[in-house]
Amino acid sequence: MDFEFTEEERAFRQEIEDFLKEELPSDWEERALYWPASYGALPIFEEEFKEISDQLLRKFGERGWLSIAWPREYGGMQSIMKQAILEDVISYYRIPIGDVSTSIGAPTIMAVGSDEMKSEWLPRIARGEVRFWLGYSEPNAGSDLASIKTHAVADGDDFIINGQKIWSSGAHVSDYAWLLVQTDPDAPRHRGATLMLVDNKSPGVTIRPIENICGIHSFNEVFFDDVRVPKKNIVGGLNQGFYCVMLALQFERLAVGVGAFRRVLDEMVKFARETEKDGEPLSKNQLVRDKLAAMAIEIEVLYGFYWRTVWMMDRGLVPEIEASVLKLFGSELSRTIASTAMEILGLYGQLERGSRWAPLMGWISLGYLDSISGPIGAGTSEVQRGIIATRGLGLPRK
Amino acid sequence: MDLDLSEEQKIIKKSAHDFLMRECPKELVREIVQSERGYSTELWQKMAELGWMGLIIPEEYGGSGGSFLDLIVLLEEMGYNICPGPFRSAVVLGSIPLLIAGTEAQKNRFLPGIASGDSIFTLALTEPNASYEPSSIETSVRSDGDEYVISGTKLFVPDAHVADYLLCVARTGEGNDPEDGITIFIIDTSRRGISLTNLKTIAGDRQCEVIFDEVRVSGEEVLGNINRGWPVARETLERAAVALSAEMIGGAQAVMDMALQYAEDRTQFNRPIGSFQAVQHHFANMWTEINGSRYLLYRAAWKISEGLPASMDAAMAKARIGEAYRRVTILGHQIFGAIGFTSEHDMHLYHRRSMSGDLFFGPAAFHRAQVARELGL
Repeated sequence: MDFEFTEEERAFRQEIEDFLKEELPSDWEERALYWPASYGALPIFEEEFKEISDQLLRKFGERGWLSIAWPREYGGMQSIMKQAILEDVISYYRIPIGDVSTSIGAPTIMAVGSDEMKSEWLPRIARGEVRFWLGYSEPNAGSDLASIKTHAVADGDDFIINGQKIWSSGAHVSDYAWLLVQTDPDAPRHRGATLMLVDNKSPGVTIRPIENICGIHSFNEVFFDDVRVPKKNIVGGLNQGFYCVMLALQFERLAVGVGAFRRVLDEMVKFARETEKDGEPLSKNQLVRDKLAAMAIEIEVLYGFYWRTVWMMDRGLVPEIEASVLKLFGSELSRTIASTAMEILGLYGQLERGSRWAPLMGWISLGYLDSISGPIGAGTSEVQRGIIATRGLGLPRK
Repeated sequence: MDLDLSEEQKIIKKSAHDFLMRECPKELVREIVQSERGYSTELWQKMAELGWMGLIIPEEYGGSGGSFLDLIVLLEEMGYNICPGPFRSAVVLGSIPLLIAGTEAQKNRFLPGIASGDSIFTLALTEPNASYEPSSIETSVRSDGDEYVISGTKLFVPDAHVADYLLCVARTGEGNDPEDGITIFIIDTSRRGISLTNLKTIAGDRQCEVIFDEVRVSGEEVLGNINRGWPVARETLERAAVALSAEMIGGAQAVMDMALQYAEDRTQFNRPIGSFQAVQHHFANMWTEINGSRYLLYRAAWKISEGLPASMDAAMAKARIGEAYRRVTILGHQIFGAIGFTSEHDMHLYHRRSMSGDLFFGPAAFHRAQVARELGL
């Protein structure tokens, strides 16, 4: 066993830190609101951050950091470990990186895309020039994704799409939909859907905002009225959509914002040391000490799942249970630490951003609201536990 | 980074598992727990022949020179089979302080006996105030010529009733820091003035009250330096906490494996209970508890093996694993239902140990306090 990072890995971590110190705007610390493993305040999904997100994506692209985990034949560094280190560092800084194009799009295209599709899309994704939004959920298809109704009908070289998507995070700041549509209504469940890339600018696409619990416009509902999509935009085969969706799950496993957990702990330790209550620093209060120690321990457990998943993937192993656990444990821990932080803040915990009295500029109260999203989005906790028990531990379905 | 066991460690794991499944079935565990001495000399002898007691003792003292991590691998399997006996006392509480602080003469004299399984040591540290803090050490020592005279009461001393030697942690002086003035003595349990009483405990392990009434020892029986015993005790306790954590992880794994089998076999409403989502989610939680904790265990053990500072890691591991083992056995009980609540079923053997394991070497809050200190709070 060896729990240490290599010299090269440590140097890479330092390189990212140096880059961020250089490139992040001076007011970044005041603006960044990302809460770990949550979806409501991700800068990449917000209009306000579009310019800086686009710029950072391109700069990451220039350094090859959007394609770190890709195989060498596609210009990558073939290192999940480096990818994981990058995600650890940037999430610590609450950075708007992690687009659907890089986390889901590229790996899926590499696995199932045609040569034409690979050469058309992969270089653009690697350079950070194109952004996707995830078009899976519909009003009546959440955890039961096989119930999607949005459908595509072949017409010459095109498909014509009609229907509606919802909970479409960042659709309004992206370029293409990574869209799952019904292509064979008569096929058995899971055999009649197809994945395709749809240009947001296509006639018939209407994007309407949904304000989330944090008061931020991250979600949208997106309507498709006779939208034409060229057949060459199909990802993988016709009616292979669910296979592609399942395949992609293994690529987005690491996206729990692991570094942001560490950030919450660091900020709370600092807060406890600097805040006096009843004549002594909060850090001397036994209950506060116990809560923060418990938080630190659970965050280390999360890192354990994180590095184990990385380590397995780098060896070509499929971390089926581990990946579900990482999502499940991380998103539930996100809620736990938000509650703990609120309890430590006491009455001040209620204060929202904008008040001069709000500790940590209102980040904690916002995180408390935002942390609701983690165990719901991208496969609920219940779905994850089902996967662990049936696919992981082999318990019978009936 | 390499999160896999070495080939040698995999062999240790597999052979220990096979040996214990064969030689230490649950009927024997029950028999041993109910016996007067609480361990089987026959099983002990077989374990000694496999070299288990000498695993972490260097070759020059009759051991095989394995690492602490190797021992953790073995202990996880022993915890899986809840192998009873004074193994942890002899190997962890006995040989580790000797290895850390013993003189060459002491190591030559005592370690080969521990390695061969012929002599059993234990650590007499805790007192009636039931604390692992140095300030709690009140057992007194006075000098009388060349001799030291020890008086006091030690409580919760594991396996003292079968021990040949006690490592007695006593107060030889007072300083500004409660850590100063503590000395460890190596004392033959047959020495005049020592009296032992067995305590009846929830887990059926053996703990004793040990009274020292004017026990005379010589300067040669001091382990390490006079008044400088606490750092040795602390390091020993740190490793013992990790060792116990390994046994607890093994126990938790056994509970999950037993419950998985039952959930597949037991039918209600004409289907296996394992097909119900409520039951499935218990298993997802058990898996998460065990494997999340296991990472903390092995990282702490690896750091100790590498000679790196591990007090934060050890504290994290013990704090979480004690509580995780308890949560897992409770979920296991929930899956077994009424049959698990009977004395004939094996579940209670684990449930009992999960509680005593959480408490021994300091409960979770004690270790979280250490984590808080390490966080700079």
